[in-house]
Amino acid sequence: MYTIPVNPQYVESIIESERPDGLMLGFGGQTALNCGVKLEEFGILKKYGVKVLGTQVEGIHAAEDRQLFKDSMMACGVPVLKSKTVYNFEEAKQIAKDLGYPVIVRVAYTLGGKGGGVAHNEIELYEIVLRGLNASLVGQVLIEEYIGHWKQIEYEVMRDYLGNNVIVCNMENVLSMRVHTGDNIVVAPSQTLDNNEYHMLRSAALRATQHVGIVGECNIQFALDPESDKYVAIEMNPRLSRSSALASKATGYPIAYMAAKIVMGHSLPELVNRITKTTTACFEPSLDYIVCKHPRWDFTKFELANRSLGPTMKSVGEVMAVGRCFEESLQKSIRMLEIGDDGLVANRDNGKIFDIEEIENKLQNTDNGILYYVAAALRQGMSVEQIYKLSVIDPWFIEKIQNIVEMEKNLKDSKFTTKLLRNAKKLGFSDKQIGRIIGKDDLEVRKIRKDAGIIPAVKQIDTLAAEWPAKTNYLYLTYGGDTNDFEVQSDQEKIIVLGAGPYRIGSSVEFDWGTVNMVWGLQENGVKEVSVINCNPETVSTDYDICNRLYFEELTLERILDIADFEKPTGIVTAVGGQTANNLTPKLAKNGVKIIGTSFQDIDRAENRSKFSHVLDELHIMQPLWQAFVKLSDAKKFANNVGFPVLVRPSYVLSGAAMKVVWSQTQLKKYLEEATNVSPDYPVVITKFMLNSLEVEVDGVCDGKNVVIGAVIEHIESAGVHSGDAMMCIPPWRLSNKVIETITDYTTKIATAFSIKGPFNLQFLINSDQVYVIELNIRASRSMPFVSKFVKLNLINLAARAVLGKTLPKIPKDRWRKIHSYGIKVPQFSFMQLEGADIILGVEMQSTGEAACFGDSFYDALSKGLISVGYSLPKEGNALITAGGAENKEKLLQTAVLLKNLGYKILATEHTAEFLSDKRIGNVEVVYKISEPQRKPNIADLLYERKINFIINVPSTATLEKYVGMLYDEYQIRRKAVELGIPVLTTTELADSFAKTLEWLLHNETTKKPLEPYESFN
Amino acid sequence: MGFGYSTTVFGEAVFNTGMVGYPEALTDPSYSGQILTLTYPLVGNYGVPDPSKKDKDGISEHFESDRIQARGLVVHDLSMTANHWNLSLTLDEWLYNEKIPGISGIDTRELTKKLRINGVMMAAIAVSEKEIDESDLKKKLTSAQKYVNEEFMNVVSTKEPRVYGTESETVVVIDTGVKNAILRNIRKIGYKVIQLPWNVSIDKILSYKPKGVVLSNGPGDPQKCADTMKTAKELLNKNIPTLGICLGAQIMGLAGGADTFKLKYGHRGQNKSCINLDNNQVYVTSQNHGYGIDPDSLKKSDFKLWFSNADDKTVEGIKHKEKKFIAVQFHPEASPGPFDCKFVFEELKRLMEEEKTAKR
Repeated sequence: MYTIPVNPQYVESIIESERPDGLMLGFGGQTALNCGVKLEEFGILKKYGVKVLGTQVEGIHAAEDRQLFKDSMMACGVPVLKSKTVYNFEEAKQIAKDLGYPVIVRVAYTLGGKGGGVAHNEIELYEIVLRGLNASLVGQVLIEEYIGHWKQIEYEVMRDYLGNNVIVCNMENVLSMRVHTGDNIVVAPSQTLDNNEYHMLRSAALRATQHVGIVGECNIQFALDPESDKYVAIEMNPRLSRSSALASKATGYPIAYMAAKIVMGHSLPELVNRITKTTTACFEPSLDYIVCKHPRWDFTKFELANRSLGPTMKSVGEVMAVGRCFEESLQKSIRMLEIGDDGLVANRDNGKIFDIEEIENKLQNTDNGILYYVAAALRQGMSVEQIYKLSVIDPWFIEKIQNIVEMEKNLKDSKFTTKLLRNAKKLGFSDKQIGRIIGKDDLEVRKIRKDAGIIPAVKQIDTLAAEWPAKTNYLYLTYGGDTNDFEVQSDQEKIIVLGAGPYRIGSSVEFDWGTVNMVWGLQENGVKEVSVINCNPETVSTDYDICNRLYFEELTLERILDIADFEKPTGIVTAVGGQTANNLTPKLAKNGVKIIGTSFQDIDRAENRSKFSHVLDELHIMQPLWQAFVKLSDAKKFANNVGFPVLVRPSYVLSGAAMKVVWSQTQLKKYLEEATNVSPDYPVVITKFMLNSLEVEVDGVCDGKNVVIGAVIEHIESAGVHSGDAMMCIPPWRLSNKVIETITDYTTKIATAFSIKGPFNLQFLINSDQVYVIELNIRASRSMPFVSKFVKLNLINLAARAVLGKTLPKIPKDRWRKIHSYGIKVPQFSFMQLEGADIILGVEMQSTGEAACFGDSFYDALSKGLISVGYSLPKEGNALITAGGAENKEKLLQTAVLLKNLGYKILATEHTAEFLSDKRIGNVEVVYKISEPQRKPNIADLLYERKINFIINVPSTATLEKYVGMLYDEYQIRRKAVELGIPVLTTTELADSFAKTLEWLLHNETTKKPLEPYESFN
Repeated sequence: MGFGYSTTVFGEAVFNTGMVGYPEALTDPSYSGQILTLTYPLVGNYGVPDPSKKDKDGISEHFESDRIQARGLVVHDLSMTANHWNLSLTLDEWLYNEKIPGISGIDTRELTKKLRINGVMMAAIAVSEKEIDESDLKKKLTSAQKYVNEEFMNVVSTKEPRVYGTESETVVVIDTGVKNAILRNIRKIGYKVIQLPWNVSIDKILSYKPKGVVLSNGPGDPQKCADTMKTAKELLNKNIPTLGICLGAQIMGLAGGADTFKLKYGHRGQNKSCINLDNNQVYVTSQNHGYGIDPDSLKKSDFKLWFSNADDKTVEGIKHKEKKFIAVQFHPEASPGPFDCKFVFEELKRLMEEEKTAKR
């Protein structure tokens, strides 16, 4: 196991040292596939005699290359979209006539597909083509059949070396071809296809995979005309994908596992169905439920991001809901998203009335609220036909939404009866929704419901629709059935572990790692029955063979209590599922569910700002000035006293949702209103924001008495950048021994003071060598997998002992300091996909992933980390520097000098250039702002011409500038650079590290050492 | 909740695990005498196509026979509205027109498990606007005629010869409840089709000078088709290229000395893997059978195993060791189900053409 960048250079070096016989390309997404293709092209595989296992590179090309794909599809009788490149209107007119209207005009070589459009007739075509030809840098446009209103259908195919092939699953996209499948609401199996269409596309999928030579797994996407059985193949993924993960979870067919066996040479019929353990894996799962996948978007984190959905994927995660009717699955999926909605209707902010014009517009221009607008349209009496015309959502789905809307009305208008309640539950209404409509709270509804015997049935997902007995317990709960598939009988110790729900900004695979390691740790420590509740199809914790019973379910109070009623668990672990699980702790405890690990009272003492502060005071530990408020006037007074900026945040939040640095009274007023909207039950806390501080974290485990310190981690950026977005380094390199000792001492004191039994994360601020505590999270943290891997100490495994009340092994507090290497965690951003989003970092977390790299030195680790997340580290070229404010300019001076000495040419905007010239760093070329296009050389031109290799752009005060909306020009620079894939460094610390990394790379080679295993303690 | 037509019916309760194809399944004559439970919970989504639509040969374009053959339908979540470009009426309307009762809101998974564990059993569906007397219904169910004792052939088989196409070369289909898809597939390989009653004599068959014969699918116990079995023996003696499908396969098995038996809960679905023992390839097949050929009895016959069910090793296809006699237990004609096994018809064609070459 190596933690190195997945690119041909690094992989070659591993091939050279390991000399493997085979290489699997289909399991690491597009990154691995691209890397493999390059390795083949460069002759590296041939040189070392490495065989590609599974689909060969030729097949990958046939599926991935646009033209080769079209050719191979046509060769095996699978239709594809017709299109032609044209250079003038006359040609366009002819092609459009041949293809038939509507046609889509795509403009070649512009950014973000700008200038294109759909033409329904010759007049529109004329306008769009002319506009497009002007916008295109090469004066050409592509005329293509328009199929935005067609159904989008996907098939997942397995195929072995002998040519045996099966379809694991087909899926239908609710939002048709209009929206990227990653952003689409998807159901499995398809709902609106008849037998002929289903099997016609199935056969086409098998023909296509056979022709291309797929061995292993493959995903193929079709568009199907809603008015006939005409179809076209859109694209093919010759690898495991997001869709195949979904298909695995939707069916219980472990695609990746089977694909791995197949590429190793096994045939499909040799393999056994992992659910029944008796039947063959060479079969097609039959579902007896409907799965609904719903994407999770995090647009609120990106103020300027465009929320419309289209051909580019913007979601950051997804959930999957299982039910016995569409209404149930859909409403469950919405709850699973954890966006504050309790279903499609009857939500907290349901009061908003839209006028018909607005609804029509929203139906036509799909954004993340589309289904809510469908519901709104139905409420206002718009016909299904009209909604279909505008939204191109198949009427079948709209009619099901109509059932939900009608039930909402019935609950409002009719007498509340047991029958009505039962029917509402069948349509996926939560107790909260029902309670909100009939004026009761959710627990009251729960009681009425249970008294009436209305409880969900526990059903198995078994791949064969009950035709064969299932040997595994892959479960979901539904009101579409009367009988449980099994009963929990044993009186053994039973523990439920809560997972982390959908990936989102601030909660990603780190918490899944925590969940899985907790399950394993509990099992290692003798717990015989461990169940998991989670709803994220992208995770390992939702593999049914990880735990003893998997509930693919909502992480809501209602559902967890339902499961607890069924399981009667000894206890429930909420410490590894991130903030989702953590937030449920008090409610579960109050409803009689035993929380295992740190008691909920102690968790509350840490979450409640006043109580927490009180404990710190008793321990004589300092914290930044803060106060909790419910009234705006008090908050204003406090802020004035401590001085702006201040940090505003509500209790119980994750990833800085509604957490802001505020610079003025007006802003304070605005954000207080937003913050209190997030969690009305808890007051808002305002903290003095200490500029120019270092931020430090400790990840650890405590058994109530003994504390294990994983590591002390230092942020590379100064405080203010969200801990999830900051680069982190172990060991810290700017802290004195005294500070580290203080941190160690505080950690021990705090962990024992809160009687922590399990994992915790403690955050510090270091200002002028003073140590302040800012936050204690009594749960697994985002950085724990990183720390565990670095110190070779599985913290969650230790936490499993702690939650069970066992004593932790004695581990020296400075163990982490004895490791003589560096570990650096670098965030991965997806700004490129979010049209319009700004890349300036702040207290709101924005990154969607991370890379952790280890090395013998700081720069060894950092250079690998930077490459891993997609930075190119040019050995020469042009650096654009633009800094706001005298302080930033001063800070950047050393960096500029270094870059200059390394031979990079420095470009700078007027003021920055003036400053640098004054400091006599030599030749600096002045360039002009994007907003002044007439002044040359202009940054826009240079970016397009690729004459800038990287950009250092530090705005005067990151947060201030962002929110006040000044300096739109700088935003333009960052945005354009992101679109062109040019590195942009937005903090002085980052710029400095980047420059030093470039320097280091001129004289050094990065190391490539395998990851060492965890130390075990028995 | 009842739907379709208000009436009471009795039949053998069976389940099918296919996720699409209810119009095809319901019109499949093999479901005669049975109450069909669909394990896929959402049914009726795409409605029902126009029942009167015929292809150029006059074969119904979308249906497997000219009416609904199942006695009743059991589903979990019926779509009362439906949408499809090819739609002509909803499932509810269609059942009503065809006087077939349906019932929805059932925990079909639990029902399926019951059938899996206890085996198929007699059942009743009563749809009525009035209160249903449960104990009376139960009493009636006990006295209702058992599926195993029913005679289906006179109900499902054609009375008169039917001719499709005008080609010079002919394939005779002995109709023991033939699905239209079988006729369509024979037409597709380029032959005129003569559809004859289940008890047709060998002389009558030979009078059409067929290149080959197909023994069709159909309902019930193969042992009840003694006349067809006799004909099959003659076909075997005369070595006329013959393909048996489903019930036809069982009849051919009996004709060749093998035995048949009733399966506990049958094979009904579109995801059944069968191994072709000639080349070890596995095919996903469409199946609908409650009886099967006894694998042990093959040893005493002149058949060899052609296809075997990958899961329970039941016989899914046989080949005569010397004669041009092939048979499959699954449905190569699909409809509903996957198209992967159309090659079985090509295999029949090959046998028929071999004949031609040999004669020359």
